[in-house]
Amino acid sequence: MNKSMKLAYNTAIVVAAAAAAMIIGAIVFAAVGADIGKAYTVILTEPLKDMMGITEIVVRAIPLSLIALGIAIAFRSGILNIGAEGQMLIGILASSATAIALPDMPKIIIVPLAVLAGAAGGALWGGLAGFLKARLGVNEILSTVMLNYIAAQFYTFLLRGPLMDPEELVTGSGTPQTVRIPRQAWLDRIIPGTRLHTGVFIALALAVLVFFLLWRTSVGFRMRAAGAEAKAARYAGIHVERYLILAMLLSGAFAGMAGAVEILGVHRRAIEGVSGGYGFTGIVVALFGGLHPAGIVPASLFFGLLLLGADMTQRLADVPANMVLVLQGAIIMAIVSARQFMNNPYVQDKVARTLLRWFGKPEPPAPPGSIEACPDPSDAPSPCLADDPEALAKLQAQAAVGSGEGTDTTEAQR
Amino acid sequence: MGHEPIRSLELRGITKRFPGILACDHIDLSIGEHSVRALVGENGAGKTTLMNILMGLYQPDEGQILINGEEIRFRSPNDAFDHGIGMVHQHFMLVQNMTVVENVALGMKSSHRPFRLDEAAVRKRILEVSEKHELPVNPDALVWQLSVGEQQRVELVKTLCLGARFLILDEPTSALTPQETDELIELLEKMSGELSIVFISHKLHEVKALSDTVSILRRGRIVFEGRTENHSPAELAALMTGHEVELPRVDSTVVDRSDARGLLSIRELRVRGDRGNLALDGVTLDIAAGEIVGLAGVSGNGQRELAEALNGLRKPESGSITLDGVEMAGSTARRIIDEGMGYIPEDRNTEGIVPSFSVRENLVLKDVGEKAWSSGGFLRLRQIAKNATDLRDRFDIRCPSTDTAAGSLSGGNIQKVILARELARGPKALVSVYPTRGLDMGAEEFIHKQLLARRSEGVAILLISEELEEIMNLSDRIAVIYKGKILRIVPGKSATKRSLGLLMAGVSDE
Repeated sequence: MNKSMKLAYNTAIVVAAAAAAMIIGAIVFAAVGADIGKAYTVILTEPLKDMMGITEIVVRAIPLSLIALGIAIAFRSGILNIGAEGQMLIGILASSATAIALPDMPKIIIVPLAVLAGAAGGALWGGLAGFLKARLGVNEILSTVMLNYIAAQFYTFLLRGPLMDPEELVTGSGTPQTVRIPRQAWLDRIIPGTRLHTGVFIALALAVLVFFLLWRTSVGFRMRAAGAEAKAARYAGIHVERYLILAMLLSGAFAGMAGAVEILGVHRRAIEGVSGGYGFTGIVVALFGGLHPAGIVPASLFFGLLLLGADMTQRLADVPANMVLVLQGAIIMAIVSARQFMNNPYVQDKVARTLLRWFGKPEPPAPPGSIEACPDPSDAPSPCLADDPEALAKLQAQAAVGSGEGTDTTEAQR
Repeated sequence: MGHEPIRSLELRGITKRFPGILACDHIDLSIGEHSVRALVGENGAGKTTLMNILMGLYQPDEGQILINGEEIRFRSPNDAFDHGIGMVHQHFMLVQNMTVVENVALGMKSSHRPFRLDEAAVRKRILEVSEKHELPVNPDALVWQLSVGEQQRVELVKTLCLGARFLILDEPTSALTPQETDELIELLEKMSGELSIVFISHKLHEVKALSDTVSILRRGRIVFEGRTENHSPAELAALMTGHEVELPRVDSTVVDRSDARGLLSIRELRVRGDRGNLALDGVTLDIAAGEIVGLAGVSGNGQRELAEALNGLRKPESGSITLDGVEMAGSTARRIIDEGMGYIPEDRNTEGIVPSFSVRENLVLKDVGEKAWSSGGFLRLRQIAKNATDLRDRFDIRCPSTDTAAGSLSGGNIQKVILARELARGPKALVSVYPTRGLDMGAEEFIHKQLLARRSEGVAILLISEELEEIMNLSDRIAVIYKGKILRIVPGKSATKRSLGLLMAGVSDE
C-alpha cells in the first residue's frame, strides 16, 4: 500500500473511532436525560462562537500542550510518566515562591527566572521517579502515581500553612492561597478583556523545540532508541539508564513549566485546585496527538475545547460537566482500539477482505514480482522492484485498491 | 471434529496478493496420505503464507482447497483443526508458566467442564498419544523447565492430542541442537506411517533425510516438484535460489600466529549467568588477526555469557579480556565499541536493531554521536541518508527505502543491516553469534563471504554457532565449549562432525 492509501486507511480508522466514541457519549448523555444533539452542539460549537470562547480554549490548551509535550518525551524514551499532576504542583510552588521572594526584580529577569524555577521544581519531582527507575528498578507508574499524592498533600500543607497569604488569616475568609505574585512576574495578557497570555508563545516555542530535540539531535536519537528497544540500545553502547533519568527530568520540567505558566499567566497566585486534572488529561492529549508535537498542539486545542465545552454544557444543556469526562474516557478507549486496527496485519487483511466484499472492484493484474522476493539480479527477468521506485509505485497503486496494509506484509510473510 | 479423516489434500490455483507483492501465484499442490512432503524455498518465497492459507489464517484471493476431493473453505484456524489439520509453528505456541497438561487442555474444548477442567481426561489423552508415537513427555512439567527439544515434543503432542492427522511443521529444526534435530527426524519418519506431514524447511540435508517428495517455491510459484531421492542437495539448492550456491570455505594456511597473545585475547574469564551460576569457568582463548575461531557447543553452555562479557554487557567476575593490547574486562559497552569491537548479537530483532527505527537510523545506531553523523549535537540527516544508500548497495540490503522500519524486513535483510553497520565501522575484532540462524542459503552464502572477506582484512573473528557445518566451513580453529569451559581447541581442518559432536556432548577422551 502506498503512503497516501495508508494515510486514507488510517484516517478512516480514526474517524470511525471518533464516531464510536461519540456514540458511546450519546448513550451516556441519553442516560442522564440530556438532549444529545444539544449537548454535542454545545460542546463542539458553543466555545467557538465568540472571541472569549476561543481565547479560553487556548488558555486551557497552553498547560495541556506543555504537559503533553513532556509526556511525549517520557513515553518516547520508554518511561510512562503518570506523575505530571504532581510535577505540575511542585512546579507551581517553586515558581510562585521564586516570584514572591524576589519582588523587586525587573520583568526581563524575573519572568524567565520564575518559569525556570517551575521547570526545576517539576524536574526534581520527575527526576526522582526517573532515578528510582534507573538505579533501583522501581516501576515508574507506581512511583509517579505515589509522588502525585505526596505533591498534592505537600501543596495543600504549604498553601494552608507557611505559604498562606497572611492577609487571609487577619481579614479574609481563610482561603488557602498565597499572596498575589508581584506584577513584574506576570505573563502579559495578549488580547485585552480576555485571559489569553503570552504563555501561548512559550508553549509553541517548546513544541518546536521538542520536535528538534527528539528527531534532530543525537541526544533525542538515543532517547528514542532507548525507548523503542532498550536492549538494542544497550547493545549499541547507549547508556539507557542515563537517558531514562534525562527523559524524566525533562518530562517533569515540562509539567512544572505548565504549572508556572498557568500561575503567572492566569491565576497570578498559587491557589488550590489549579491543576484541575491537567496532568491526567495531558496524558490523553499526548497519546491522542500521536506523541508528536505536530499532533499534540492541535490535540491540546481539541481537548481545550472539550474542557470548556464541558463547563458550558453544564450551564446550557443541563449535562453535568463530569459526564463530559466520560466522553473523554470513551475517546481514549476508541484510540487504543483503533491502534489495533492500524498495526495488526491479520486484522488489516480481514478489513480489506470485508471492504472488498462490500465495494468489490475487479482484482488488479498480478504484479510480476515482489518486494520481498526480490531475487538475485542475475536471476531477475524483470528489474528488481525494490530498486525501481517508479515501477514499485505503479504496482503499489494498482495493488492498493481496497486491500490490506503495506509495510506489514513482509512481517506476515515470515 | 466430526469430519472424515483426510485421505488427500489438494490446493488448486491458490493465489494471494499483498500490496505490491504476489505472495502465492497460482499454486497447485496435492498431498496424499502417509507421505512426507517437504516445502522448501528462501525466506519470502511464500511458504508461510501458503501454510497460513491452509490453516485458515488468511483467505486466498483465488483458488480452492480440496479435502478428499471436496472443496472446503476455512474461515478460521478452528475450521482447519476440525478437519484434522494441525500446525507446529516455528516459534512455539506454549504458555511458559503452565504445565504440559494445562497447555494441551487449552485447545481441547472437550475437556472444558462448566466450572472445572477435566485434567484426568487430558492427561490420559497425552499419555495415549505419547505412547503411540513414542513421544515421551512429562505431563506435569512446567513448560519453562523444558529444553527446546522437549518443548517441541510438547508442541507435537499437543497438536496430535487435538486430533491432527495432517501435520504442518514450520521450520521445526531451527531452534534445535544437532542431536535434537536427528531425534526429531527419526521421530517424524516413524510418525509418517500414520500421518501426512508437510515439512517446511530450507535445510536441505534434513529435507533429504526426511521427505518423500519435495516442492520448491520461489517468488510465490512452485518451480519444481519431484521425488526427493532423485535429487542432490546441491541441485535442490540451485532450484531454490535460482542459481548455483556454493558456501565458501576458509583457507586456513595463512594465519600469522607469531604473537603469543591474540589480537583478541581472553584469559581465565569467569562470568556469572542470570541465575547466579558460574556460566563461564576460566575460559582462555586467543584469536589472531585474520583468524576465525569457531566456538562450537550446545546452546546454554556459556556462549551467551561469553559474548556479553566480551561486549561489556555483563561484568566478569575475574579474568582478563584484551583487544589489541587494551584491557577491556569490566569496561562499559560504549568503551568497548569505541575500541573497535564489532558484535552481531544472537537475537537480531531485539538486540541487533531497534525494530521501529528506520534502516538508516539503525545503520548509525552505534555511532550517532560521531562527527560524521552529527555536529553540535544535531543530526546530519543528509549524511545519515547517504550512508544508508551506500551501505544498502554495498551489502545488498533489500528494502523498499532506507526509511522503512528495519523490523519490517525479512530476517536475512535485518541481518544484513546489522552486518553492514558492524563492518562499516571497521572493527578490529568481531563477535558473531549464530549469524545465519533461520536464514536461507542465499543470505547464508552472503554472510559467510562477508566474514571471510573481513578475515582476510585482518579482523579477529569469534564465530559462535550451533551449525557444525558453518563452523567447519569457516573456522581456522574450532573451540568446543561445554559447561562454561573450553574443552578442546582443534584445527578446523582436522575436525569432523563426529568428533565435534562428541565434544559438544562433553566427551573429551576418545
